[in-house]
Order: sequence, then structure tokens, then C-alpha cells
Amino acid sequence: MPVERLLATPEAEAVVELARTIAEREIEPRVVADEADGRFPREVFAVLGAAGLLALPYPERFGGGGQPYEVYLQVLEEIAYRSASVAVGVSVHSLSCYPLAYHGADAQRDALLPRLLSGVPLGAYSLSEPHAGSDPAAMTTAARVESDGAGYRLSGTKAWVTHGGVADFYTVFARTSTDHSGGISCFLIDAGIDGLVVGAPERKMGLTASPTTQLIFDDALIPTDRLIGGEGAGLRIALSALEAGRLGIAACAVGLAQRALDDAVAYARDRQTFGRAIIDHQGLGFLLADMAAAVESARATTLSAARLRDAARPAARAASIAKLVATDAAMRVTENAVQVLGGAGYTKDYPVERYMREAKVMQIFEGTNQIQRMVIARHLAKG
Amino acid sequence: MNIVVTVKQVPDTWAEKKLDAADKTVDRKSVDNVMNEMDEYGVEEALKIKEAHGGEVTVVTMGPAKAVETIRKALSMGADKAVHLTDDSLHGSDALATSAALAKVISTLSPDLVITSSEASDARGGVIGALLAERLGLPQLTQARKVTVDPAASKVTIERQADNGYALVEASLPAVVSVVEKINQPRYPSFKGIMAAKKKPLTTLSAADAGLDAASVGLAGAATSVVTAVPAPPRSSGTIVKDEGDGGTKIAGFLAAQKLI
Repeated sequence: MPVERLLATPEAEAVVELARTIAEREIEPRVVADEADGRFPREVFAVLGAAGLLALPYPERFGGGGQPYEVYLQVLEEIAYRSASVAVGVSVHSLSCYPLAYHGADAQRDALLPRLLSGVPLGAYSLSEPHAGSDPAAMTTAARVESDGAGYRLSGTKAWVTHGGVADFYTVFARTSTDHSGGISCFLIDAGIDGLVVGAPERKMGLTASPTTQLIFDDALIPTDRLIGGEGAGLRIALSALEAGRLGIAACAVGLAQRALDDAVAYARDRQTFGRAIIDHQGLGFLLADMAAAVESARATTLSAARLRDAARPAARAASIAKLVATDAAMRVTENAVQVLGGAGYTKDYPVERYMREAKVMQIFEGTNQIQRMVIARHLAKG
Repeated sequence: MNIVVTVKQVPDTWAEKKLDAADKTVDRKSVDNVMNEMDEYGVEEALKIKEAHGGEVTVVTMGPAKAVETIRKALSMGADKAVHLTDDSLHGSDALATSAALAKVISTLSPDLVITSSEASDARGGVIGALLAERLGLPQLTQARKVTVDPAASKVTIERQADNGYALVEASLPAVVSVVEKINQPRYPSFKGIMAAKKKPLTTLSAADAGLDAASVGLAGAATSVVTAVPAPPRSSGTIVKDEGDGGTKIAGFLAAQKLI
């Protein structure tokens, strides 16, 4: 059943339809093989970039689409419906542009942002470290000022970097002083510089078409003009970027859950037991009804948070709620989709087991759902 | 080159197609409606010819108010302007009536070249290109898998797809060309194209605006009528041949019965 969307303008409808068409024609035919073989579909990002879909939520004067999050998130959802790996990639790329776009100096934005938003290069976002995930201020990667003023020397190991090795630029956070949370700074780093080595891809449970690696910096020289937002501003930048990124992940989860629901419904209408379609057995019908309710409420929660953000209202709490609700819904819905397909669902001949593996990481990355609860609780405590 | 390209909004290719219970016309309400996929190839070819030789691409469609979505898609791909013929009285027009209405609109645009696709995925009549050419009194070049335009010599040459090869067909301009999907790879619209489409000229015509006689179009003016329709029967499960040492013989017998060997 097509998703019923209320979009404000015919242009917004056309943008979402464009995403749906590209996803259907460019992603759907290859997603099963890409996920099975662990092959990153770089060509798909080129098509999305050429269509202007990699820069939707950024200002038009820098080459972005100037679109509200309400539209951008529904584009992400349509992409996630065909491939969670690609949709997460689009969200991460968007996240990687965020610090420069909203915290960069005017001269930096004029010089660098149009290229980042051109749809040609692909970005990655690197905050976590092996021992600094949920607690990013525990990071140890250090950036020390080069005595001759040529820039900063970066040393240390970053972890869990989506697009590691395939990105053209990395937005990296590193320590410029020992001040626990006030000593972190943000850098925009080109791929392929001396002193940057990309680790072997992690052997993940899902999103296998999207490489996740470590980045190992060994005295890598970063020019001074690649420091974004001043020394010590890094943690604040990282958290504001994550607020936007969490909405992106919520949308990815909604798209994935919608796909699992649709596949489960199609199977349940077709599959017969005891002389009728299994969807007509109340036990399965109610399960599917709960799945549909979970998908629709996850979408509503996500878009509601997007509208707050679009209206320039504080949206951190709503973004955390959306991320929590949508990714927990995706986990439950994909798991139940496997249940609906029964033995068939447990095999790799059907995609629902993959959806379930893909949903799991969404409860973990861009802030685990325990961290989201912490954020929400802090807002409640502050009153 | 003044190029006209026709497009049609149809029910989504993969959706289950139904007929309206009351008047047996295509049910457009219960499904997603999209640009007829083969029309994307027509629009692409029109844009390529324009990019090579200059000029302007005008999109023409006949259809209900919602068909403006399909016009916008063609404009967002890069067409310059559009004409939308829409009127309740046109509802139920068959291929003959549709071609008469479209020809009337197209003739006012004085095109050098009219491009259509070979068929629409809903009715699959595959005759509009030929009918338009007759109505307009222009040469028809149908089933084109390649189009070459020579504006200086005022002629167009196509490779006409045939079962076992192709035929070279040449005509003087103006002419009507219908294209098959082998001809090109249609571009996607882009975000910028979608935003630009908003500002492109779109003329909406009623049947009266277009100078059409209400009695000659729509269900009233249709020369054909749908008497009855039944859904296609579900595919049967096929024949299972059990191999008891004579499997090869049985399969050969089956193929022979189908006149395949």
C-alpha cells in the first residue's frame, strides 16, 4: 500500500517522488547482491548527487536545496525503503557537511561548502573512538599546533567511521587541549592525506554494503583553515550535528520498518494455511496491525520533530524521542516480519532477516537508545 | 527545432489495473498515477534533439486535472513549456477521439517534429503515433530505436525496430516519430529541474478552448466501447513431469505438442 504523505507543495511531492523513482530503479535491482557481497554502491551516490538529493537540507546560496527537514526526511525514508545502507550513507554524508555549514567561518563556507554540497564528493563523520563512544569527551586523539604555524598534527585512532575508505572528506573531532569537554575541536580533512591510514572494514551483522572502519592518524598535517568553529568548540558542534543526524536515522528506521511491513503483508495475503490467507487468521492479522501502527506512529513522531526543527524551535528532546521511538519500532517490526514469514523469513532467500539485522544497529549508532533516554530524562529533569 | 512531445499519465506500471465499475474506463482513483514509462524515452529524445540542434520542447497531454503531475515531471526533466488539455467531457475518449483532440492542439503549435512513445502501459493500443500523423497530414515514422534529425535539409531519419533487424526510414519535416524504449536512457529530473519547472509556462485548455466539439470526444464521441471485462485468470501451475527413466522422452513429447520441436 503506498504511504500516504501530506506534503506542502507540488515541488515537495516531486522531490519525494524523484527519490522514490531513483531508489526503485537504481538501488532495488542491486541491493541484495551488494549486501551479500559487501560491495559499496558508490555509483548510486553519484546518481543521487547529480539529482541534487545529497544536499537537500542545506542553504541554496551554497548549492543546497534549501528544503525543510520535513521534506528531506521523507526523501531519506524512500531511500531506506530500498536500502538501509544507502539511506544511512546519505544521512551520514549530510551530517558530515553540518559542522562546516553551521559552524564554519564565512570564508571557509564560501571556499569549501559549495564543493561539499555539489553531490560529487562523499563525506564521513568521525567522532567515536574505541574507548569514547557514548562518552565522546573521553576521546584521546590529539591535534597539536605545529610550531611553524603550518597547521595541526593529528595523532590517534578514530572508530566506527561510516564510509571509512570510500569517503572523499572526513569531519573529524580531536583534542586540542586536556580540558575534558572544552578541549575538543572539529576539523575538515581530505581523504588521502599523508599520515591518515584507513583500517580494515569491520565485519558487521548488517549494513554490510556500507564500510565501517577505523581511521588511524599518525602525525597527519591539517592546515589551520580546516579547523571548524575555533579551538574547543568541537563537542558543542558535534552535539548540535547529532541532533540533526538523529532525525536522519529516525527517518531511515521508518523507511526500513515500512519495507518490512509491506513485505510481511504481501506474504501474509498470499500464504495459505488452514484454507485461508494467513493475514485472515486473527493471530497474524493483529500482529500485522500492530506493525502498521508502529510504523505510522514512528513516522508521525519523526516528522513532528522535523517540523519543530524547521520552525527553529528547540528540537533536541524531540529528536531524541524520534530516534528512540523510530528505531525501537523498526527493531520490533522487522523482528515480527521474520515471524510472519516463519521458516522462510529465517532464511537468506527472503530479505526480512536482513531487515532485522539492519534495524539492530539503528538502536546503537548516533547515540545508543540508552543515551537517547538519558537526553530525554535530562530535559525532563531541567523542567 | 520546434518539438512537441506527447505524454500520458497512467496507473503505476506495477499496480493492479482495474476498470471503473460504472463506465468501464481506466480506474485512476484507487492507484498511484505516474508518467507512462515509455513517454520518458520520448521526452528524453526530444530533449536530446533540442540540445543538439537548439529550439524548444513543448509537452502536450490530455487528461484529468491530476495529469498536471506528469506535465511537471516532463518540465522538470528539461522541457520548456506545456499544454494541458483537460475537460470532463474528454473522459472516456478512445484512441480515435484522443488523437483528434491531440491533433487539434498540436496543429496550433506548428511543430517541426512531433514525438510520441510507441505505447502507453494502460491501454497498450500503440496507435496514437500513427493516428496523429494521419490527423495532422504528416509523415509517420513509428517504432524508432534511433532518430537522426537534419534541420538544414529539413529531414528526419529513423531506424525502425523490426523483428529481425531494423529498417531505415526517412521523411521530410515536419513529421511524427514514435519511439521504443531501446532508443535512449531517460534522464532523471533533478532537484533544480523540479524547482525550475514551477516557473515554466503551462497552458491549460478546455475542450471549448481547443475548439473541440463536445459530441466528438469523450465516451459520447468514442467509436469503440468496452462491453465487458474480466480479470486475467491466475496463472495455472503448469505440467509436472515425473522422471521414471523416460523423462527425456516425456519432455520431448511435451515440446513437440507445443510445436517447439
